[in-house]
Amino acid sequence: MTSHLLSSILFLPLAGMLVLLAMPSENRKLIRGWANAVSIATFLLSLCLIIRFDINAGGYQFMERAQWIPSIGAQYLLGMDGISLLMVLLTTLISAIAVLCSWRSITDRSKLFYSMILLLETGVLGVFLSLDLFLFYLFWDVVLIPMYFLIGIYGGERRGYAAIKFFLYTLLGSLFMLLGFLALYFQYAAQYGVYTFELQKLLTLNLPAGTEEWIFFALFLGFAVKIPMFPLHTWLPDAHTEAPTAGSVLLASLLLKMGTYGFLRFSLPLLPKASTQTWIVQLMVALSLIAIIYGALVCLTQRDWKRLVAYSSVSHMGFCTLGIFALNAKGLTGSVIQQVNHGITTGLLFLLVGFIYERRHTREISEFGGVAQVMPFYATVFAITVFASAGLPLLNGFIGEFTILSGAFQVNLWWAVVGVIGLILGAAYLLWLFQRTMLGPLKQEENKSLRDLFPRERLLVLPLVFLAFAIGIYPRPLFAVLEKPVQNILMRLAPDPRSGIADSSPATPPGRNVSTQETVASPSACWRPALAPTTPALTQGAGSKLSAGRKNRAPRLLYRSTFLSLIQVEAR
Amino acid sequence: MNLWLIPLFPLLGFLINGIWGRRFSKALVNLFAVGSVVASFAYVLWVLSALYPLTTAHTETYFTWIHSGSLQIGFDLTVDRLTAIMLLIITGVGLLIHIYSAGYMEHEGGYHRFFSFLNLFMFFMLLLVLASNFLLLFVGWEGVGLCSYLLIGFYFGEDFANNAGTKAFVVNRIGDFGFLLGMLLIVVHFGTLDFATIASAVASMPVEASAGVLTAITLLLFVGATGKSAQIPLFVWLPDAMAGPTPVSALIHAATMVTAGVYMIARAAFLYGHTPITLHVVALIGLFTAVMAATIGMTQNDIKRVYAYSTVSQLGYMFLGIGVGAYSDGIFHVMTHAFFKALLFLGAGSIIHGIGGEQDLRHMGGLRKYMPITFITLLAASLAISGFPGFSGFFSKDAILSAAYDYAPWMYWVGVITAGITAFYVFRAFFLAFFGDYRGHHHPHESPWVMTLPLIVLAVFSVGGGFLNVPNWLAPMFPNVEHGSPLLMWISAAVSILGIVIAYYIYILKPGTAESIAAATGPVYKLIDHKYYVDEIYGALIVRPVEAFSRTVLWKGADIAAIDGGVDGLGHRLRGIGAIFRQMQSGSIRNYATWVVLGSLLVLFVLGLAGGGR
Repeated sequence: MTSHLLSSILFLPLAGMLVLLAMPSENRKLIRGWANAVSIATFLLSLCLIIRFDINAGGYQFMERAQWIPSIGAQYLLGMDGISLLMVLLTTLISAIAVLCSWRSITDRSKLFYSMILLLETGVLGVFLSLDLFLFYLFWDVVLIPMYFLIGIYGGERRGYAAIKFFLYTLLGSLFMLLGFLALYFQYAAQYGVYTFELQKLLTLNLPAGTEEWIFFALFLGFAVKIPMFPLHTWLPDAHTEAPTAGSVLLASLLLKMGTYGFLRFSLPLLPKASTQTWIVQLMVALSLIAIIYGALVCLTQRDWKRLVAYSSVSHMGFCTLGIFALNAKGLTGSVIQQVNHGITTGLLFLLVGFIYERRHTREISEFGGVAQVMPFYATVFAITVFASAGLPLLNGFIGEFTILSGAFQVNLWWAVVGVIGLILGAAYLLWLFQRTMLGPLKQEENKSLRDLFPRERLLVLPLVFLAFAIGIYPRPLFAVLEKPVQNILMRLAPDPRSGIADSSPATPPGRNVSTQETVASPSACWRPALAPTTPALTQGAGSKLSAGRKNRAPRLLYRSTFLSLIQVEAR
Repeated sequence: MNLWLIPLFPLLGFLINGIWGRRFSKALVNLFAVGSVVASFAYVLWVLSALYPLTTAHTETYFTWIHSGSLQIGFDLTVDRLTAIMLLIITGVGLLIHIYSAGYMEHEGGYHRFFSFLNLFMFFMLLLVLASNFLLLFVGWEGVGLCSYLLIGFYFGEDFANNAGTKAFVVNRIGDFGFLLGMLLIVVHFGTLDFATIASAVASMPVEASAGVLTAITLLLFVGATGKSAQIPLFVWLPDAMAGPTPVSALIHAATMVTAGVYMIARAAFLYGHTPITLHVVALIGLFTAVMAATIGMTQNDIKRVYAYSTVSQLGYMFLGIGVGAYSDGIFHVMTHAFFKALLFLGAGSIIHGIGGEQDLRHMGGLRKYMPITFITLLAASLAISGFPGFSGFFSKDAILSAAYDYAPWMYWVGVITAGITAFYVFRAFFLAFFGDYRGHHHPHESPWVMTLPLIVLAVFSVGGGFLNVPNWLAPMFPNVEHGSPLLMWISAAVSILGIVIAYYIYILKPGTAESIAAATGPVYKLIDHKYYVDEIYGALIVRPVEAFSRTVLWKGADIAAIDGGVDGLGHRLRGIGAIFRQMQSGSIRNYATWVVLGSLLVLFVLGLAGGGR
């Protein structure tokens, strides 16, 4: 059991689903109860990971390996690092919440519904745990099917259109991703004469930059559709809006993270040359920044509550990809934290929309107003969620956004400027949504009899609200868990001295030697505009003096040489 | 010393009243709300007496908050002489306003909600001044903004209150844009956000090499200050913020929160001291804001709006002081302003309370007969803000003005004229409210003692607060600054008295003069009366274009028409393939799995051929 902890977590929902399929369809209470029990059991089991996870271990933990399809070199290979730990915990928690939030809303064909959610949970967990590319691909596509049904069967009026759109977009994306994987697979075979999909083996590949670029874009199509990055995002508003509450929550909180996870786990480590290539980074960042601003602006014009929340995901996920392609410790750490945060706050936002939809059967913002007067508890939770999402300090969103922005700023001033503009717009559309729905006079007759949240609904939101505060006030555990995996990624990205893409700035070597955490600074230099030379002597001297310290760094120039400051600071 | 207890008390008050307040009686709500501030105030007194004379800063480190790469930001609190002043203002004036609110909010709904938000505000404000790094300061900074939002929109059944709240928050967010970027720039260049560490780094670095980046940092931080402290160009939210209950206007939008920008710059004096360009900008913005807001103040008829514009104007003076290098005089004015402006608002609240919620000066008049205590205390406050010799405002404002004279004489003269205007419009409001005959339809009555007692205490400090020698206390913290000759003080005092006399002439001796002046100055009056059309200009230039662009171009144009239209169109053209897809979507999981596996195998096969050829 102990050695198969990951497998147990991974297949518990699937096993629960198989039992569920054997249950009589008429006994809805049994089905409902069983689904809840399974999802909660999975969540509790995943908590064991927290106890047994070793923060200081550099590599993968809880590894499990078995032969699967020896003829093509595909293995059953699971493992976990800090990034997957956070994603797995998020998955089991959100899945349990998604199951519980359907308590009343799903009455028809509930057996299929719950089995789809459980299947989805196994699929998502598999994505976050697989260390074999073929296994990863399998789980990636497994996720597609239950989501298609959740939208297509249990969705709103335009569910058919939304489901097909979702399915085609992501299926096409995943096919390209598979092509990319296969390219790696054959390249490895060509170089080493062995066919394998094992991630750690493929990491030893040394590909020409041009090949890496093509593979990068193949993977990009798969991941970017899921995140979704601009302009591949248009499936998202429809899918989110039409999906039932549980579907929206799962989609926003978990499925979108699969894309960013893919970048972190595969694109960056496997394709370091392409991932640090100036024009690719610029393209990725440009798409992220467009998504941040564009998503926020479109939010400002929405009349449909749920669609607004859906578009806000585009904007928030833009921050996550911005952090990734800042390619430094702050950016990457912030990105993962922001993914967790987005899972929490957007999950909450969709839950809250769902609660109100179950009561009023409309999502038109103009149908509401003054709801805070009849639903004070709901309004309070909504307010907290809005402020968490808008990045108010002491709530979770701020931690991620600030860390991402400081990472982005380190590379390029303008990335941070655009990001901060996104924050302003975020506050604007969220507060506006809050004002139009919760505040003002209670005009509509139907709203006057709205009931505040039931105990079950409070139970759903409170853990997430608690997490929003916990991460905002004491995010230290997240930073600690992410330190090693982020270092590993950065180590992969550190330019190979022979490859010629290494930074030639004289200030870099001391900076890189004294702190691996800031390795980033070097590749970043090649796409930073107008870099003026720093004085190596001063930096180096100060740097070596402080080399034992944890916070020394070689400060970099940003824009003009007059803006140069040569200071080494050891804080406190 | 356990400095964390200082903000903790109000936080507990917030939590208790916020969670259970609905079920509490008003007395119990008061107990926790006012009691927590009493505890905080008492604890501040104890801490300060224990640390006296506080020649060096006292810092306490609790835990690491953010740790990423080389960046480490702690949850650390610091008390030094500057913090000490702010702590006393916040807890002292805050306590009086809490007591006052118990009377003022007596008949309002949402009693516990009001007090829990007010306590939460105290928590964040105390955190702001205790913070020992920029990020923690920013936590308080955003937190007070949040409370401001919640309390402006306290009457959330009213659209204008909600609009004002949202406007305040969003405008402040625009200011935060600068603040955040300033912080990020500090992180990039100093690798820390800790005040003390940055200060020592700045002190040891060659100023010529760093002037550019320091100027950028300080200007960006100042953008944040213009938002929070309502300076040009971001002052537009403060007058609207008067939609909140009057004690909120007194505490948040007069005495404490809006001075956070001044405090922040004084706190970051180690940066601003190296950036004469930024200081010049600060001085100019402060001066222009002072003039602009004072002129608008002359034409307002809502008593709270008159005082709101006077707050904007007085904040301008504070920035002028900071900008000319007179940090301690700026903070001095923060303190005296906290006394007399809180008193002005509380007095206005007492009037509003006594005449059934009326705020329009045209419907007041003759109130001195009905509310003698309010009358006397407001007189003290009005004299103090006008800079009448001997009153608190006289000392702080004239310290700023004479320092400005030394910096640039023309700034002094503009400031003096503005002081005259200030005296004029404050006494205009005073005379309109208390003299002549009562023009309203209520039965005016004096407020209960819970409200008048804070008025009296504040009046004492408004009169005598100038004798607390704040500049001397702060002298070790800031660079020394030259003041002009004492004659300058008397010139500005004379101009102020002239302003009072003119107001007396126009509104008491010759009623009706005001209208004829307004008619005579036609377009100018209209321009000022419409607050220079700033709101309208922002609306036409920024708000509406952004919204229209987002709706028509981005959403309808790009998203729906271009991208979706393209995708859907492709789908229609490939209808034949679509038919095949439809068959695939039979709804059976087994079929799906088959398709996925088959597709994968096909791709594998094709690639196998291709790859094998290499």
